[in-house]
Amino acid sequence: MTGGTGTVDEASATPEASATSRPVVARFDHVSMVFEGNTAVDDLSLDIYEGEFFSLLGPSGCGKTTSLRMLGGFEEPTRGRIFLAGKDVTFQAPYTRDVNTVFQSYALFPHLDVFENVAFGLRRRRTSKADVKRRVGEILEIVDLPNFERRRPNQLSGGQQQRVALARALVNEPSLLLLDEPMSALDAKLRRQMQVELKRIQTRVGITFLYVTHDQEEAMTMSDRLAVMRHGRIEGIGSPQEIYDSPTTEFVATFLGASNLLAGNVTGVEGSIATVTLTHGWSVRVGVGRLPEARVGTPVKVGVRPEKISLGTGAAAPGSDHNSLRGRVKVSTFTGVGNQYLVEMPWGTDVTVYAQNIGEATAPRSGEEVVLTWPIEHTFAVRPMASGSTEDETNTGDNDE
Amino acid sequence: MPAVVWLVVLFVVPLVIMLSLSLKTCNPASGACTMTWNWGELPRQVNLYRTEFFTSLEYGAAATIVDLILSFPIAYWIAFYGGRKKNFFLMMLLVPFFVSFVIRTLVWEFILSPSGFFLTFLRHAHLVSANFHVLGTGSAVIAGLAYNYLPFTALPLYVALERIDRRVLEAAYDLYASRREAFMRVILPLSVPGIFAAFLLTFIPAFGDYVNQQILGGTSSTMIGTVIQNTFLVTGDYAAGSALSVVVLVISLIGIWLYSRVLGSRSIEEYL
Repeated sequence: MTGGTGTVDEASATPEASATSRPVVARFDHVSMVFEGNTAVDDLSLDIYEGEFFSLLGPSGCGKTTSLRMLGGFEEPTRGRIFLAGKDVTFQAPYTRDVNTVFQSYALFPHLDVFENVAFGLRRRRTSKADVKRRVGEILEIVDLPNFERRRPNQLSGGQQQRVALARALVNEPSLLLLDEPMSALDAKLRRQMQVELKRIQTRVGITFLYVTHDQEEAMTMSDRLAVMRHGRIEGIGSPQEIYDSPTTEFVATFLGASNLLAGNVTGVEGSIATVTLTHGWSVRVGVGRLPEARVGTPVKVGVRPEKISLGTGAAAPGSDHNSLRGRVKVSTFTGVGNQYLVEMPWGTDVTVYAQNIGEATAPRSGEEVVLTWPIEHTFAVRPMASGSTEDETNTGDNDE
Repeated sequence: MPAVVWLVVLFVVPLVIMLSLSLKTCNPASGACTMTWNWGELPRQVNLYRTEFFTSLEYGAAATIVDLILSFPIAYWIAFYGGRKKNFFLMMLLVPFFVSFVIRTLVWEFILSPSGFFLTFLRHAHLVSANFHVLGTGSAVIAGLAYNYLPFTALPLYVALERIDRRVLEAAYDLYASRREAFMRVILPLSVPGIFAAFLLTFIPAFGDYVNQQILGGTSSTMIGTVIQNTFLVTGDYAAGSALSVVVLVISLIGIWLYSRVLGSRSIEEYL
């Protein structure tokens, strides 16, 4: 769960605001997919813009892979339309579509060597021999596998196989590249390496990437934009920073990074600031724009990310632009880069706090009374999720680290 | 260790006995054999029964090819479209083979006999002439061989097709291959080891078979299996019979050697 803070800054550095002015490469138009009575994808509408690295993020069974497979032509939607470059391709066979896929298990042709694997698509398109040779050579250079032409897939490591799968798809210069959890078979270290590599390759070739993953860190690190999916629907969409800082649903707040969520009701709205009284009488303030509904009486959960909270030991009075709560440190864990605290609120709820290890002399110890303060601007509010349905799903997000 | 004992008792010992017998000289009347290092017996038998060897090769190959053509669609369909009933369909393929080999062949003799319902029907429908017959021809032998050895072809083909990763097929479609191209470029090449294994598993027993020829072939043309059987059991010349068996064994080994040269010896084990 420590991936959150470090990756946000990297993501915010990539320009993405201009995405909406670019042409649409792929469009889901009210697409639903019902499979044996289960709704895998539920009324999905989504535009993917040219040149962007877009991720579909969600737990297993959320419909992300089904959505990708419908773009690839391997599944037909039950309802709705799918467009590629403005053309309706809903019922077109995969081999007629200008997209290529990097499969989860790579699905390399075991009877062909690396060169022939990569050349497969070019040969089906009757590319001239000289062109095939040149383009395969170029792409193997880009994925850093020169001199591997005559190897068989079973003579390659997992990481190398993945590069071949990537090269095999990219060499065709599709208008859209679909990647179906391509890193899931790699170990953690290699995965991190390939994330950087994949981003580099995407920037270099300029092809639109649609990336499907259940790993929130992976999605945040690489994406220009991402959509969080659950139960076949999109729960949140935007740049990684937007989604991380301003989650719009409880699910997004807990699936993407860690969140402290406190249940309460809106009890007052003054100008741009609303007051939320927590279930046990304490209150916090939140920007009106962050509320799902700016009406007194609305039940909400107010949230704050663990790294946004600072801990004080004295009776520090918070400024007018800060929220403040009191609690007692229950568990204090030193993690090297910082300390992780579990602070128990007077009413029994635990709040997680991350403090960076920047050489401060006294870290609060277990049992100590502390004051938690954080800026109002870092406070968000979401509509409470229907009870009982959160646990299993939110955990899957955390386990991927 | 027990495995080694089994191998020696059941495999090495009989093989050594057969090889040494082929070099002895036997007295058919008394059945006594003496070692004479008679190397000349092998080429002599090959020369003597050249026609029968070629007939066996021809019938065996024809039956194997018929089986490959018949089995491929069956195996393909079960592997790709069998769904949850795959095992049921494979069972269906095998059920007839729970009946004894000889009885099954005898039933075919009954079905194909001139007074059998099949030919009677064809004659009444005026599809064949009055003196048309199937029994006693090479075609009947090939048909019998093809029928009896069909599972030996279908099962290795099924195994080969079944293990083709469906995602590899999707990858082919993704890379602009039409259904026909995907079949020719991916499915067929990936099933080559299975085709080869099926060929060996069918051809080797069909080549040495004598039951089908004796029951369905009549006196038309003799296969080497029949010659070996007669040499052993009618003539009682064990040396000549062993020499002929060694030749059949060598021909089979050449096939297996070719297979392992082309596809590697590991894939033989996988299909047997």
